[in-house]
Amino acid sequence: MRTLKFILNGDPAETGVNDGETLLEVLRNRLGLTGTKQGCDQGECGSCTVLIDGKPVLSCLTLAVRVENRHVTTIEGLAEGGKLHPVQVSFHEKGAIQCGFCTPGMVLTAKALLDRNPHPTRNEIKDALAGNICRCTGYKKIVEAVEQAAKMMAEKADG
Amino acid sequence: MAEKNEYRYIGRNTPRTDGLAKVTGSALFSADIPAPRCLTGKILRSPHAHARILSIDTKKAEALPGVKAVVTGADAPVRYGILPVSQDEYPLAVDKVRFIGDEVAAVAAIDEATALQALDLIDVRYEVLTAILDPREALVRDDVKIQERTQEANIERRIHLVFGDMEKGFAEADYIREDRFFKDAASHAFLEPHSALAQFSDGKLTLRTSTQVPHYVQRALSKVLGIPADKIRVIKPVLGGGFGGKGEPLPLEFAASLLAIKSGQPVRITHSREEVFLTHRGRHPVEMTLKTGVKKDGTITAVQFNSLLDGGAYGSYGVVTMIYSGQLLTAPYRVPAFSFDSARVFTNKPPCGAQRGHGGVQPRFAFEVHLDRIAADLGIDPLEIRYHNAIEPDTVTVNELRITSCAFKECLDKVAEAVDWKEKRGKLPYGKGIGLAGGFYVTGAAYPIYANPMPHSQVQIRVDRDGGVTVFSGASDIGQGSDTLLVMIAAETLGIPEQSVRVVSADTETTPVDLGSYSSRVTFMAGNACRQASLEIRDRLLAACAAQLARNQKTLTITGGYLFEQGQEEPLMTFAEAAVLAEAAGVALCAMGSYRPPELAGSYKFGGVGPSPAYSFGAQTAEVEVDTETGEIRVTKIHCAHDLGFALNPLTASGQAEGAVVMGFGETLLEHHAFLPGGRHSGPNFLDYKVPTFLDVPEVDVTLVESVDPSGPYGAKEIGEGSLHPSLPAIVNAIYDAIGCWFHELPLTPEKVLAAIAKKKGVP
Repeated sequence: MRTLKFILNGDPAETGVNDGETLLEVLRNRLGLTGTKQGCDQGECGSCTVLIDGKPVLSCLTLAVRVENRHVTTIEGLAEGGKLHPVQVSFHEKGAIQCGFCTPGMVLTAKALLDRNPHPTRNEIKDALAGNICRCTGYKKIVEAVEQAAKMMAEKADG
Repeated sequence: MAEKNEYRYIGRNTPRTDGLAKVTGSALFSADIPAPRCLTGKILRSPHAHARILSIDTKKAEALPGVKAVVTGADAPVRYGILPVSQDEYPLAVDKVRFIGDEVAAVAAIDEATALQALDLIDVRYEVLTAILDPREALVRDDVKIQERTQEANIERRIHLVFGDMEKGFAEADYIREDRFFKDAASHAFLEPHSALAQFSDGKLTLRTSTQVPHYVQRALSKVLGIPADKIRVIKPVLGGGFGGKGEPLPLEFAASLLAIKSGQPVRITHSREEVFLTHRGRHPVEMTLKTGVKKDGTITAVQFNSLLDGGAYGSYGVVTMIYSGQLLTAPYRVPAFSFDSARVFTNKPPCGAQRGHGGVQPRFAFEVHLDRIAADLGIDPLEIRYHNAIEPDTVTVNELRITSCAFKECLDKVAEAVDWKEKRGKLPYGKGIGLAGGFYVTGAAYPIYANPMPHSQVQIRVDRDGGVTVFSGASDIGQGSDTLLVMIAAETLGIPEQSVRVVSADTETTPVDLGSYSSRVTFMAGNACRQASLEIRDRLLAACAAQLARNQKTLTITGGYLFEQGQEEPLMTFAEAAVLAEAAGVALCAMGSYRPPELAGSYKFGGVGPSPAYSFGAQTAEVEVDTETGEIRVTKIHCAHDLGFALNPLTASGQAEGAVVMGFGETLLEHHAFLPGGRHSGPNFLDYKVPTFLDVPEVDVTLVESVDPSGPYGAKEIGEGSLHPSLPAIVNAIYDAIGCWFHELPLTPEKVLAAIAKKKGVP
């Protein structure tokens, strides 16, 4: 057992962890952030995706001790001051959500994409999200939602 | 979609009521629900495909510090099963294990590591028995019995039905063709692994579980545990996809309950991804033969169908799957004579059950390819032969299915136009092709799983003093958006904004019974019940207001949340004020609506499986590119036109079809629920079981066709399952158009394509 200190959704966080514990386990079991989903625990489905220093990472394959002093963003930390991120808004409005189990990982991966590439092509969106499985939507509305989010963010930047 | 919308709320793209919770991470799925003192439960599974249990010693496991309870089959030796005719499962194995992964014992401990350690300490002694993995062997092996209840070999059930005059049908035919097909197993692969949280206190059991059918789970728990149903509360939290795989009581739900009762603490069992695949209940592998007679012009005169279903170790929904496999071949084409012989056998593999499009997917694949082959043999265009035989509205099929609304021809028209059929079919360069297929599906089963005279769905609605309306429904939103539809229907019918309506659903203690989310029944049945309850409330409210305001009830209306006198621009008062007026006058603003389908059973044995109060129809075209060097198939586009009666919420309806099409695409080319010699699953994970990703999927274009069903809520029928059926054969038929090779077995791999191309070229 050791003490882990890191920045979680913008705030300092501190918790005891075992060496073998994954970031997913720590988030869900120790910190109560169940928005991060456990879909396979093998790095295959993308449901557990969180952002570490802004980059999408599979939390089920990441040892918790590796996030010492780093910034971790989970789905609970994406909205700022109660205001939803454009990706969240557009997923909701465009019908990109059905059962919602893949949604947190999908939204965070999309957010990271738009941060590094504000105007992605359709193929770039598909490439970036290819590690996230959705079994409900057939993906069409997810691609449309990411496109709309890109537009919203561009308008916000212009405005 | 209707061009003009006479409605205020329904018929418009409406985001889900739970969308914001899901997009912020606050939606609580079963595994997310906090529970103080909750123990972790784990299940010990059989390492043998078939074995007798000689003894189970749990002493060492019980003695391990941190272990709070251990249960085995002896704790609840009561059989259950989703179908009354297939009561062949125990919560935990009692006498035998029947597949690798069968549940043997369960432990509850303070954490996962301790629970897993305890599983290792359980000593089970087995006598290994001969395993049967091949359904053909299961048909004839009388010396090995997987289920003791089978009379002949390992055949669970046979069915033989004949409709119309088969002899005459084939005698009238100018051409007869026979084909054999095989569709292998697929699995649901929903993203949320099964999870059940059980709590037991004051003699009452509460189970929060990822189920599509809280009512059936409650009934099965009562039977197995010997606890009265009123002391059992089953709640479906937010559910992460089901597709049929959460559509029946499952061992983990009993195990968690038994452990909670024994330990006195809450217990949660959540499946690993491997356990999800082993629990299965997915698509049956089905071997099929078809013999069809046609006139020179393509008119179908008779169809003979045989199917052999590989059921795996237990009954599950299999008898219904078997009956559906034949019953759902008598549309969307006119078939004047039809017969089918089917059998479902037990094998030592994970049990197969219901999966999206239940029962109809395998035979639909077979028939649509078979029909294309007949068309090719006769030199008839595949579109033409379908159009020529297409079923019309208000007809009765040869097996007595009552068809009311039907826009099948319009669906054919839509996709043919979208794909530019006349210009492209047979005219694309080698390696490229387009294909077509049709389909239809039930909008809910006309009969419940256990015979009873009660409604299939009830909805209760209550109006509060603030004008807020609560809809109580047992219907399970499993991701398809049923809660949102209930809000829309209540808002439309009552004439109040959607924001004033909230839904409480899928909790056996607080909501009236709805049979569950299966067979595409929820929109139709819960929707009708909701509309009826809303009408009742509206009438009561208007009657009370008319009396209090000394006006004629017929001249009062509620629109947009206000009470109006007809013809007046200024409202009389708000809906909330009207509710207060009524309540003050002693009128209870609480009403129950219900739905039960009419009597539709055919006049023959098994005539209750197949009938539905309404049927959806659909057609799809697929566009493919085949790499003739590598055998790789790329499906570039699928057009889907689906007659869903009326699109209550086009946003979620099109989402259902897009998802179904992609699921069908996956089953055709990627997904293979396969087993190694000896019966071990070949790859119970997402690397080996390949569900489509962003990079695999075709472009999908959905057209919602509205036939406005006379008995659907505002004319609505189903879309979530029927829109899967045509995908598989449309792709296979397109591949023929591309490379001139037919394929009768799915899934289709590049190896099979290369072999077929080589064979066609005459390469040895």
